[in-house]
Amino acid sequence: MKQEFTITIYTENQVGLLNRIAIIFSRRKINIESLNTSPSEVEGIHRFTIVINQSEDVVRKIVRQIEKQVDVLKAYFNTNDEIIWQELALYKVPTDTITEKVKVERLLRTYGARAVVIRKDYTIFETTGQREETDALLNVLAPFGLIEFVRSARVAIIKESSGFYEKLKEFEEAEPVPKQIIL
Amino acid sequence: MQTETIREVKTAIEETIEISGSVAVLKALIAEDVSTIFGYPGGAIMPIYDALYDYNDRLEHILVRHEQGGIHAGQGYARTSGKTGVVFATSGPGATNLVTGLADAMIDSTPLVCITGQVFAHLLGTDAFQETDIINITTPVTKWNYQITDANEIPAIMAKAFYIAGSGRPGPVLIDIAKNAQVQKINYAGYTKCTHIRSYRPKPIVREEYVKAAAEMINKAERPFVIFGQGVILGGAEAEFKNFIEKGGLPAAWTILGLSALETSHPLNVGMLGMHGNYGPNMLTNECDVLIAVGMRFDDRVTGRLDRYAKQAKVIHLDIDPSEIDKNVKADVPVWGDCKETIPMITALLDAKQRDSWTNRFKECMDQEIEAVIHEEMHPSTEQMTMGEVIDQLNKLTKGDAVIVTDVGQHQMVACRYAKFVKSKSNITSGGLGTMGFALPAAIGAKYGALDRTVVAVIGDGGIQMTIQELGTIMQNNVNVKILILNNRFLGMVRQWQQLFNEKRYSFVNIESPDYVTVAKGYRIEGNSISNREDLSKALATMLDHNGPYLLEVFVGKENNVFPMVPQGCGVSEIRLK
Repeated sequence: MKQEFTITIYTENQVGLLNRIAIIFSRRKINIESLNTSPSEVEGIHRFTIVINQSEDVVRKIVRQIEKQVDVLKAYFNTNDEIIWQELALYKVPTDTITEKVKVERLLRTYGARAVVIRKDYTIFETTGQREETDALLNVLAPFGLIEFVRSARVAIIKESSGFYEKLKEFEEAEPVPKQIIL
Repeated sequence: MQTETIREVKTAIEETIEISGSVAVLKALIAEDVSTIFGYPGGAIMPIYDALYDYNDRLEHILVRHEQGGIHAGQGYARTSGKTGVVFATSGPGATNLVTGLADAMIDSTPLVCITGQVFAHLLGTDAFQETDIINITTPVTKWNYQITDANEIPAIMAKAFYIAGSGRPGPVLIDIAKNAQVQKINYAGYTKCTHIRSYRPKPIVREEYVKAAAEMINKAERPFVIFGQGVILGGAEAEFKNFIEKGGLPAAWTILGLSALETSHPLNVGMLGMHGNYGPNMLTNECDVLIAVGMRFDDRVTGRLDRYAKQAKVIHLDIDPSEIDKNVKADVPVWGDCKETIPMITALLDAKQRDSWTNRFKECMDQEIEAVIHEEMHPSTEQMTMGEVIDQLNKLTKGDAVIVTDVGQHQMVACRYAKFVKSKSNITSGGLGTMGFALPAAIGAKYGALDRTVVAVIGDGGIQMTIQELGTIMQNNVNVKILILNNRFLGMVRQWQQLFNEKRYSFVNIESPDYVTVAKGYRIEGNSISNREDLSKALATMLDHNGPYLLEVFVGKENNVFPMVPQGCGVSEIRLK
């Protein structure tokens, strides 16, 4: 049965790694619903957050293929129950319609939105939340001449995770002192 | 958060010398004990070739005729020597010509380090002359790849490349070096071998509970069956493997990449798996109660239809690559790890047993196969020769001591089915990718990787024409390889499928050949062509006894088929004897 899975990948910060990870999905004709890369809690370690809609069996195999990549430290996959996640959305709307037809104040309160910029010609709102929440505001604003809309990729924290710091230490412990060869 | 654990190894530097990036590349090769390079020069790799001019005494460079030939030679070298093959190519077309070989090495787990030249860093992305984005092109077909634009990175990256290529499940690595980095001067403080990368775990940790579970399962089994692949060879675990099957009385069958890990005459060696494998191993896969897979990946050519594959059996899977576990066949007991370590651990817990009645089942199947297929193949009633009798004659002369390099197609299946082997690392073939044109260049590399051994390249009339230019490499370096062309005047395997499944609609399989003996003569290689059975033994002996390269063309039956056969989409027990 297909469902939404969030894959969290800890990697070295390496040029070309995004491609190496992306092709693992595209080779199997699997669409990436959302992809985010960012720093992690550990300096120098990057974190990918990828959302796909697949069966657990497929996701498990994919995660093993990802972990096999030399520059990948560790990959996890979780169902939506196992994570806390958020997306951020920006909405650009004409200021006059907003002030005349929909009460800004009500929008801010009902949808937990924040006005980021208010200009004479347009206003930009921001909300953070899950897909349904950002969609709800989109639906409200759409009839009032929405000029632009953009939503970020999902960022997620695994509920049970105790962070990557300990894991990294474990990976580094095995490191022997190499021998130098002068030629 | 600041980390204290990310350590950099800083050895006290007594003194440094100033060298070019190109020299740093060659020093890395020498430090990694490389002695042979297969390559082809060009504009973007000229500084490395210029440096090589002064290193000719320590690094032997074999000039190939095409980069694909170069990389297949590197593969052949790696497979017979057990070392990492090294290949040089220039940017652009030189680099793209490596792609087939990279894909082949990737799927067959062959350790390679390929060095490609690249345009100057400031020209990257400008569509410069012979610029190609080889890093992105080769990402899916390399275990790791990296572009160097600053020569200071060269020693560390080369060390990483060799470590990654050769450790864990081996594979090809490509290092793309921009021309500016090749000429750049660096302060060189020596070469440090790489033995650890924190994000890379070449060997999974062996879990003892699985080792125990595996041993218990085998001890309780009534009809255990071992299937083994190249993992046994790559792990150097041939002796451990033999102890294992002998102690447990376990019949063992091989994939074509596992062939030669166990001598073919061993009483527990029950033959070949897969589409054109032996009857017993295929039939009895669906009768065994415990299936023990060692260093193999359940390729579809081995398993046939998965939902009809060993459904009755419990599966124990030993593999160094965790992503292979459960990939195609679900393992009841996954034994992660290097089989050189895990096999003896299981063996220690095994009850010593003989399983004569079970092993006899394989013999009975073999008798059936001999009667239905093999007897006719070895002693044909037809005037025309069969591929099988040629291989049989070859066995008699080499006594199983030769390295056999095969191309792809009918002759490959026949050679794998009938060739005898007494030593490991002796069967070199393109298994996973099925690359026609592999054998001739791979045989060149195989010879350099095993100079004291006889190397016979068995090639079809299709495959030879794909990389025939490498006769030039053989000529120039007087590479002592024996080229045995089995000519059936067809692209035989495709024709066989067209006969069996497409109502004999022979669509573009009718391939003409040049006069190979004359072609060889043009390359100053001696040769002979025969079509009569009475000439076979003598012609093969002449080929083997000849001091230097030799080409022998043997005409075989035009429409001979390879049997048994598990048709595509069928289960292994639906194997057909005719």
